Amino acid sequence: MQTLLFLIVFPILVACLLLFVKRTTIRYAVVALSALAIGGASIYLLMRYAFEGAVYFAAPSGAIDLAMVAIEMGLALFIIYMGAKFRNYLAILLAVIQAALVVYLEMTFSGSLHAANNLFIDQFSIIMALIIGLIGSLIAVYAVRYMETYHHHHPEVRDRQTFFFFVTFVFLAAMFGLVFSNNLMWLFFFWEITTISSFLLIGYSETEEATKNAFRALVMNLLGGVAFVVAIVLLAATEPTSGGIDLARVLASPDAAVVLIPVVLIGFAGITKAALMPFSSWLLGAMVAPTPVSALLHSSTMVKAGVYILVRFSPVFAGTFAGFSIGLVGGVTFLVASAIAISRSDAKSVLAYSTIANLGLIAACAGVGTYMLVWAAILLIVFHAVAKALLFLGTGVIEQRTGSRNIEDMEGLIVRMPKMAVMMFIGIAGMFLAPFGMLISKWAAIEAFVQVPFGLIFIAILAYGSAVTVFFWAKWMGKLVTVTQNTERVEKGFFEESWAPLYIITGLVIAAVFLFPVISSMLIEPYVLAIYGVTAHLADANVAIMLLMMALLLILPVSFLLFKRTARHLPAYMGGRPATPDLHFAGSLGLTREAQTRNYYLTEYFGEAKLFRPGAAVCIVLILVSWILAGVAL
Amino acid sequence: MNWLIGAVLFLILAPIAGGLIAGIDRKITARMQGRVGPPLLQPFYDVGKLFEKERAVVTTAQNFYVLAYLIFIALSGALFFAGGDLLLIVFAFTLAHVFLVLGAYAVHSPYSHIGAERELIQVMAYEPMIILAAVGFYMVSGSFYVTEIAATTVPAILYLPGVFLGFAVILTIKLRKSPFDISTSHHAHQEIVKGITTEFSGSTLAQVEIAHWYENVFLLGFVFLFFAWNPVIGVVAVAITYLAEIFVDNVTARARWQAALKSGWLATLLGIANLAILSYMMLGGA
Repeated sequence: MQTLLFLIVFPILVACLLLFVKRTTIRYAVVALSALAIGGASIYLLMRYAFEGAVYFAAPSGAIDLAMVAIEMGLALFIIYMGAKFRNYLAILLAVIQAALVVYLEMTFSGSLHAANNLFIDQFSIIMALIIGLIGSLIAVYAVRYMETYHHHHPEVRDRQTFFFFVTFVFLAAMFGLVFSNNLMWLFFFWEITTISSFLLIGYSETEEATKNAFRALVMNLLGGVAFVVAIVLLAATEPTSGGIDLARVLASPDAAVVLIPVVLIGFAGITKAALMPFSSWLLGAMVAPTPVSALLHSSTMVKAGVYILVRFSPVFAGTFAGFSIGLVGGVTFLVASAIAISRSDAKSVLAYSTIANLGLIAACAGVGTYMLVWAAILLIVFHAVAKALLFLGTGVIEQRTGSRNIEDMEGLIVRMPKMAVMMFIGIAGMFLAPFGMLISKWAAIEAFVQVPFGLIFIAILAYGSAVTVFFWAKWMGKLVTVTQNTERVEKGFFEESWAPLYIITGLVIAAVFLFPVISSMLIEPYVLAIYGVTAHLADANVAIMLLMMALLLILPVSFLLFKRTARHLPAYMGGRPATPDLHFAGSLGLTREAQTRNYYLTEYFGEAKLFRPGAAVCIVLILVSWILAGVAL
Repeated sequence: MNWLIGAVLFLILAPIAGGLIAGIDRKITARMQGRVGPPLLQPFYDVGKLFEKERAVVTTAQNFYVLAYLIFIALSGALFFAGGDLLLIVFAFTLAHVFLVLGAYAVHSPYSHIGAERELIQVMAYEPMIILAAVGFYMVSGSFYVTEIAATTVPAILYLPGVFLGFAVILTIKLRKSPFDISTSHHAHQEIVKGITTEFSGSTLAQVEIAHWYENVFLLGFVFLFFAWNPVIGVVAVAITYLAEIFVDNVTARARWQAALKSGWLATLLGIANLAILSYMMLGGA
């Protein structure tokens, strides 16, 4: 239990320390050492608890419970203050409703607000802890140098770096707390901390747009928060059968019908936090924040909390129409967000839509909730976290170096920033190509949906969705590998230290493929087995083939040596006109003209304006249907 | 060990079979157009000649991507004939095509750039249908493994007529036949320069051609699965399907990319409808 408490408390202590560190070099040292400690502790957690199944800890309550309620009230006051300052009355309203509900809960059901065990750890929590502890802290390390450069490039933004790192580490602590809590009151407390943290980080630059988007994120997540409290009230009111606020008891509750309504409400909170449609706009708006914030939100924290809770409760969703409906929300989100990604040229926007899509896919798996799908969902969480972190951090570096994060401007990156281009290449491959992780998970999802009644609808969604996915990733990859002639290298000059997190995460993307059989058999399969009594795994022969493909991919670049032999270099064909290698050709009237290449964005078919509203409308209907179905089941 | 034999036989024989099929294709096409046509072995002469050409590149990286394309096409075909998992084969197949597209991007040329974009649109058009076909086979045979699908005694085609028709549509895309030969074509009369292969020459172009032979044999193997319960009917059906593709190739002109994408996706809808009816029947029967 000490390790658990360490992972929750230590980041908070570091956060407080960082409030007083003003110099970048010292901050770098502090953050790097803490990252090492946090990463080390999460690996220790893995070694200590991986083989023990679910372990529960009583953990002191009483005073802590009171402190949590006090902090929640304080946060509500803070939101009301901020809401009044920026005239966002919806935020105030939601904060007031939420605070009132918490007070009502404490007053009315104080007798049933006790969990036998407040903390726990099982294989799923270990996986989440590893993601938070490794990826999250690496992002924090990267952020130190990034933020220094950020302020260099944006002198107009008030330098609040101490505050920035304070919030970042509190965020990490809250995420640890969230995945270790067996007490739903505790879980909700950490849930709210992540909401506030992301609000503060998104609004970091204090521009009008940042503030607006921060409030949008806040309002949507508060809406989910309200649903969460209502769920806790319902659970507390039905404590004898539902299990009250004890997560383990709720999951094991014999009265599935009673539990279903609160769980669907918690699932709704998950949907808001995971930015599924129609709530995806908050995550897109979050792009205004400095890139490390996006990396955090998209890979290891925040949205992962949303899908964590969905996957955690998926045994309750399994086999219910309400759960199926939530799964469909995820499925529709996956399809629509992937399609919209085609029409985006801003790298961060593409990444954001791809995150939304993949969260949708995870939600689809969790909502339908058979054992194979839960297995696939956890795999998706792992692989997505690693690859997406790399892509965001890479985009951040490229933006700082070249001044643009437009994909069109990344043309020829392989020449200008070869190291960065290779890492981006690996990251993108990790998102959609065999034999990398995301593809393994999609494959597993297809195999799992085949065996579900009415699973065909998800198969269709996956078939179209993955085709669309190939299109938008491959054209981005194409831009990266375009060998432009006569362009200079601009890789040098970026602070040396920042490469370390990038190298490590790139290594993790590749290692995840090789370690995947181990991750699956050591962590995911025992977890699924413990819940469902059966478990899924990929056939050994297929694993071997995947590893073979990976090895082949790693060896293939050696073939470059073969091509070193003399070959005549010619300029590209330019309709027969005299041309130079850098795409200049002899035009009419003796003028030299330049040809340019641009990707297809097919806006007419896949534009946001065309697809977002219908997608959001369908998802709203599906969410309402899930509530009605949960009610009918009762 | 059967799987190993299947894979090795494919790797050795597929280029020969593929080249012969290409030769027959050119002969029949010529007859349809009222020409005599080249000798049967002309494709081999062409490829042989390509290997003797001077090495000329825009950038050396293009050779790498094309080699990777060839290797992964051969690998996915070998996995197919080894009796492997159909979904994995489909994904390896996609990986191969992404390499070809990257090769066309790498050269930084206007014509091959357009070819690359169009190739990607083709991938987007056919991929859903291929996945769906794999799922269809699963529903009929209870397995994603080619070995077990091929060994099934049930006539898959009777259960999957819609899937087969949908697959025939995307087969046109895959064989690079009109009206869907939008990224590159074998026919000089409807080509924007040479599409995705514009900047590939000599042995690199030869590798693209050999990969195409591998690919065609693999695709015809896929068609065979629909009729696998009776090998004789299977072979005949594959031949008829290919003849039909040649016929369509010769009576249609290249369509716009929008039409290719819509056709591929509508064909998938046909497949979905087929599978929906099938799963309804299976639910009712159970």
